[in-house]
Amino acid sequence: MCLGVPAKILSVRGDTAVIALGGVQREISVVLLEEVSAGDWVIVHAGFAIERLSEEEAERTLALFQEIRNANEAH
Amino acid sequence: MKHIDEFRDPATARALVARILRDAGNESVRLMEVCGTHTVAIARSGIRPLLDGAVTMVSGPGCPVCVTPDGYIDAAIAVGRIPGVLLASFGDMLRVPGKSSSLEKEKGKGLDVRVVYSPLDAVALAAAAPDREVVFLGVGFETTAPAIGGAIRAAEKATVRNFSVLASVRTIPGAMGMLASDPEVRIEGFLCPAHVSTIIGADAYLPVASRYRIPCVIAGFEPLDILLGISMLLRQVKDGSARVENEYSRGATAAGNRKAQELLRELFVPFDAEWRGIGVIPGSGLRIAARYARYDAEEKHGVRPVFSPEKTACRCGDVLKGKILPNGCPLFGKACVPEEPSGPCMVSSEGTCAAHFKYGTGLQ
Repeated sequence: MCLGVPAKILSVRGDTAVIALGGVQREISVVLLEEVSAGDWVIVHAGFAIERLSEEEAERTLALFQEIRNANEAH
Repeated sequence: MKHIDEFRDPATARALVARILRDAGNESVRLMEVCGTHTVAIARSGIRPLLDGAVTMVSGPGCPVCVTPDGYIDAAIAVGRIPGVLLASFGDMLRVPGKSSSLEKEKGKGLDVRVVYSPLDAVALAAAAPDREVVFLGVGFETTAPAIGGAIRAAEKATVRNFSVLASVRTIPGAMGMLASDPEVRIEGFLCPAHVSTIIGADAYLPVASRYRIPCVIAGFEPLDILLGISMLLRQVKDGSARVENEYSRGATAAGNRKAQELLRELFVPFDAEWRGIGVIPGSGLRIAARYARYDAEEKHGVRPVFSPEKTACRCGDVLKGKILPNGCPLFGKACVPEEPSGPCMVSSEGTCAAHFKYGTGLQ
């Protein structure tokens, strides 16, 4: 029930944003976020963006995966 | 899909499993995934058997549908029977058994229940039907509570007066404290929920980690997130650490979503809440604040959920506390199956019993 899905914001108007989700566009509320703009990635839950997805942090986790794969091959 | 596919890569999963098995050595550890979304992801991705002998994952109480008391279902049915009332609910709630019936059974007898995806859809229903009283069944944890609060705010802003919420909001850290202090639960680390943490922040687990000397790692819901989270927990257990770490740094910060937290503080007040199968946990629920009473279905329609212990052979309570696996319950897979559930853990798609039944783990 606490599932949230990553989605890209296409446009923002006031408290409402349009996102693309699985090929479908839908409106969500962005009242829970400080500032959002088109192009941002957000986590969507029950019709609300609950947080901005940090692409830098995502990259850091993916880099850690690469390290773990490399270390595993060395074993 | 971006931000999903790269967290499902099989080669990385194999490397993580190898790392966990190496780190575990001959001594296996017992960890709890607190959240029902993790429970389903673990069952679906087949992680449990891969870690056999190294890590035992027990499921926790983190399924809002499962821990909502049966008295709440009875109250929802009672308010739905008031002439003119229209109930709006998340789909998961419909089949949950109350004391004598469920919303689905009552819907078959004419109760007007609509399934919505967002609490905002319930506000839209109210705006479109001014002659009806729309009551939204506001069930959830910290992840969903801001959406429920956001809907109340939206109704206020649009002066939609025929909308109210029958709230059943529960909060996670208090439940973790209760589990950590229960000697029968015996877990060595908590895999903490992704999106509850998005709202409350990683720092919210510091009191649990330090008071009970238990490691806490927040992990995302994709398979690689879960495996890395388990690996981080295992390393803490082996080191004798009890820190809060965050694997899901792309979606949860140390402080959490402050705007959502402010909304929760404005609209709700904490209270000692009952969890189905578990009992009352101090300060573990949120009820609608008195100044928003006009949006509180309990106040507006004079219904009060009555809580009393259930008399049943169903052992959902012990499953929710991680004391037994579903196959330790005499009803599991026999009198209790997804088509005819005896208890809430078999009803919700995120219930531990439903996940074990569907993915064939624990049936032997």
